[in-house]
Amino acid sequence: MSFLSVRNVSKYYGPVAAVDSFGLDVEKGEFISLLGPSGCGKTTTLQMVAGLVRPSAGTIMMGERDITHLPPPQRELGVVFQSYALFPHMTVAENVSFGLEMRKVAKAERDRRVKDILALVHLLALADRYPREMSGGQRQRVAIARALVINPPVLLLDEPLSNLDAQLREEMQFELRRIQQVVGITTIMVTHDQSEALSISDRVVVMEQGRITQVDTPYELYERPRNPFISSFVGKSNFLAATAEHHAGGATISIGNTGITFQANDRPKGKHVSVFIRPEKLRLTAPSEGQIEGTVTSRYFMGNQWLVSAKTPAGTLSVAVQNFGAPPPPIGEKVGLVWRNDDCRVLAAGAAE
Amino acid sequence: MSASVSAARPRMVVPSLLSAPATLFFIGLVLLPLALTVILSFNSYDYTAGIQSDLTVSNYLTVLQDEYYYSTFWRTLRLALITTVIAVVIGVPEAYILSNMRKPWRSIFLLVIIGPLLVSVVVRTFGWSMLLGKNGFVNGALAAVGIEPVQLLYTETAIVIGLAHIMLPFMVIPVWTVLQKLDPTVEAAALTLGASRFTALRRIVFPQAALGILSGSLIVFALSASSFAIPGLLGGRRLKMAATLVYDEFLIELNWPLGATIAIIVLLANLVIMLAYNRLIEQQAKRKLG
Amino acid sequence: MQRNGPVALIFHSLVVAFMLAPMVVVCLVAFTPENTLTMPWNSLSLRWFEAVFEHADFMASFWNSVRLALLSATISTFLAVPAALAITRYEFRGRDALNALFLSPLIIPHLVLGVAFLRLFSLMGATGSFAWLVATHAIVVSPYTLRLILASLTSMDRNAENAARTLGAGEWTVFCRITMPLLLPGISGGWLLAFINSFDELTMSIFVTSPSTVTLPVRMYMYASESIDPMMAAVSALMIAVATVTMIVLDRMFGLDRLLVGKG
Ligand SMILES: Nc1ncnc2c1ncn2[C@@H]1O[C@H](COP(=O)(O)OP(=O)(O)OP(=O)(O)O)[C@@H](O)[C@H]1O
Ligand SMILES: [Mg+2]
Repeated sequence: MSFLSVRNVSKYYGPVAAVDSFGLDVEKGEFISLLGPSGCGKTTTLQMVAGLVRPSAGTIMMGERDITHLPPPQRELGVVFQSYALFPHMTVAENVSFGLEMRKVAKAERDRRVKDILALVHLLALADRYPREMSGGQRQRVAIARALVINPPVLLLDEPLSNLDAQLREEMQFELRRIQQVVGITTIMVTHDQSEALSISDRVVVMEQGRITQVDTPYELYERPRNPFISSFVGKSNFLAATAEHHAGGATISIGNTGITFQANDRPKGKHVSVFIRPEKLRLTAPSEGQIEGTVTSRYFMGNQWLVSAKTPAGTLSVAVQNFGAPPPPIGEKVGLVWRNDDCRVLAAGAAE
Repeated sequence: MSASVSAARPRMVVPSLLSAPATLFFIGLVLLPLALTVILSFNSYDYTAGIQSDLTVSNYLTVLQDEYYYSTFWRTLRLALITTVIAVVIGVPEAYILSNMRKPWRSIFLLVIIGPLLVSVVVRTFGWSMLLGKNGFVNGALAAVGIEPVQLLYTETAIVIGLAHIMLPFMVIPVWTVLQKLDPTVEAAALTLGASRFTALRRIVFPQAALGILSGSLIVFALSASSFAIPGLLGGRRLKMAATLVYDEFLIELNWPLGATIAIIVLLANLVIMLAYNRLIEQQAKRKLG
Repeated sequence: MQRNGPVALIFHSLVVAFMLAPMVVVCLVAFTPENTLTMPWNSLSLRWFEAVFEHADFMASFWNSVRLALLSATISTFLAVPAALAITRYEFRGRDALNALFLSPLIIPHLVLGVAFLRLFSLMGATGSFAWLVATHAIVVSPYTLRLILASLTSMDRNAENAARTLGAGEWTVFCRITMPLLLPGISGGWLLAFINSFDELTMSIFVTSPSTVTLPVRMYMYASESIDPMMAAVSALMIAVATVTMIVLDRMFGLDRLLVGKG
């Protein structure tokens, strides 16, 4: 029996399904990210778990307990809203202590716990400030403290970092993970930022148009995306049109008008397939030494690496080149491209299952 | 983005309960008395026996045929219209000047212009009666430069001056609001394209402010046409407007049905103007979109 | 932004003078030592202010108006808060009609309302009742409270309430601890505006007041149309002083322009 179990939950607005048969089992202490493009139903899912939106179908279990129809105050989950939703008329300390007051915790105990949690999020010095007197990152930590102080079994976060600038955001990602691990709290976080989802989660749930399309660890998700949409949404990818000949052990893949063939373990449906390969799995060599030959058409310097595009008979391919040693060949130069066939993923063409 | 729990509750019950007190209150004290007044306007009046419970249109015929009444209506319309024109002529440039002012002055003078709204109409009208009276300060000033004193108080001029003073804030507010939302660089752009200051105003600023002017004119006209204190104090016993006429019928002549008739006509005129205005706004909006 | 030229500034000065003239004159004349409406060129006197405070009718009317304004502004607030909640928080049939009904006293001339109330009260036998006078004022000022409360409700972050729910607050606690405090600026602004409008209301009141419930504006109107002595100027000066203080308070708290213009 898992800790939190969302079973076949759907939400319809009129005839439109905002969330369609969402099913997920979350283990205790796990950090789960809900990842997907805008409007795919992430917030709706989270709010159904929080009890703020009533599911049209399905059940939500906490351990043995069915909480599907429990009103939010009785669920005792910690929720951090996208806009933080701090109480503007209360100080930081009052914001944080609100949930404890609702639980009728005695004043002395309340003060102690507020102090402890504010120390955890490094905000002890600002306890008497009002939200409007604080920066975005500080507000976000108040929101987290307010949700954590009631010792909820589950923490629900709706795009908690989306309002922050890039640098603060990165800092806060690790801060969030640190707090989550110190407290050991089961966490579900909504995000539409793939790098955020990959860097701090135990598992990532990818959603498209109200449905789950893949649930995996960040590494698996990145290395073995289930469909072309995921492979381009999570990280960058090159796509090559190819044909597949199926046989007992797998399939023989021929990449269109190049004569390159290889054996694949994947078993994509149909004859027409897409081969995709990450830019960092390609390498540039001398023209004659590669599996395929091409001409450099663009070259962007990204700091830690270069992004080089080369026009080949199979199409234009992006290659990530570590910024190590000399710069890569300039535009117009002939190059060879090398990869390991094992790094190629083969998917049914255009299929979003 | 967030549907709340309450939205999931029975759809009609909660909002009905919440709005019930106000709804009952307004039905009982707005719709019911208005209906009674409409009925009253169709009753006839007998100077010895009082209000009859018959139904007749004779009151409306009286009001439309008797010169005393229709000339009063005519005066009401005329003065309200003149006031509106004056309010536009003074209020629109003033709003424009205000919106061009620098930081502290802008809010200070805005307060000076719209602050008088918080002072009772009676007080301000009383001030004008002192200024305009036979021995008032305007005549005093005229005498000082050797001009014959003129009769100002108890003339239509006095009423229009008083009305213009009371109504000016109602014109400045909507125009100023619209001007606030305008992009100031647009006017500057017109100037850099070689437009003269006047052309820029006429071609760029004025058309955009038109909606504010329209809504200001509407408020000014409606309030002027039904104003009571100003004709009462500045128009004297003879120069009546619709509101003072109703007052006389109700509290001096005691002919309530006739008074109710005039009041209903004022109300209808008001509603017609409002509807026409809404039409205009819709057309404007359509033109902007299409 | 264009600068104002000299012509514009002269025009502006004239407009300001026009707006202030009657009030300045009233305040000056209030200090006259004479028995007639004259400027206090030679000496200042407070005799007419004293006369106001000794004039039983004026004082009675003043307190009438204060009580009336306090009560009607408060009642209108109690009506407007739940009504505004219903209008902003729920989709229901007849919502627009209800909204229009609540704002209708802004469109119906006060003259017409006065006549209508007089008719209703005469049929009910309630003419001259102070309680019913309060009710009429509550109607007339409700649009002001409603508009401000509606504005603060629509601009409020609903997730603050949801956050309180997830922290364990029941609906009533959410309302008392979150919704109300966040609505307070709108409510107090609306209340003040309602108070002022009730305090200054003349046209409707003149139909529904009786000798025992005469309000200050009605008393002043009667007084000004019969006798003209400097006491009227003194009362007016006092009212201008009160209005000025209110104006400054309102402006500091909310911004007068926002309050009087309303949102949008
Ligand atoms: N109250 C509602 N009524 C009707 N449709 C709704 C409602 N709330 C959400 N939706 C629809 O449900 C779908 C999912 O919305 P949701 O807010 O869950 O998206 P999201 O994944 O959180 O998007 P974002 O990343 O932009 O926040 C959207 O198409 C949205 O238009
Ligand atoms: Mg969302």
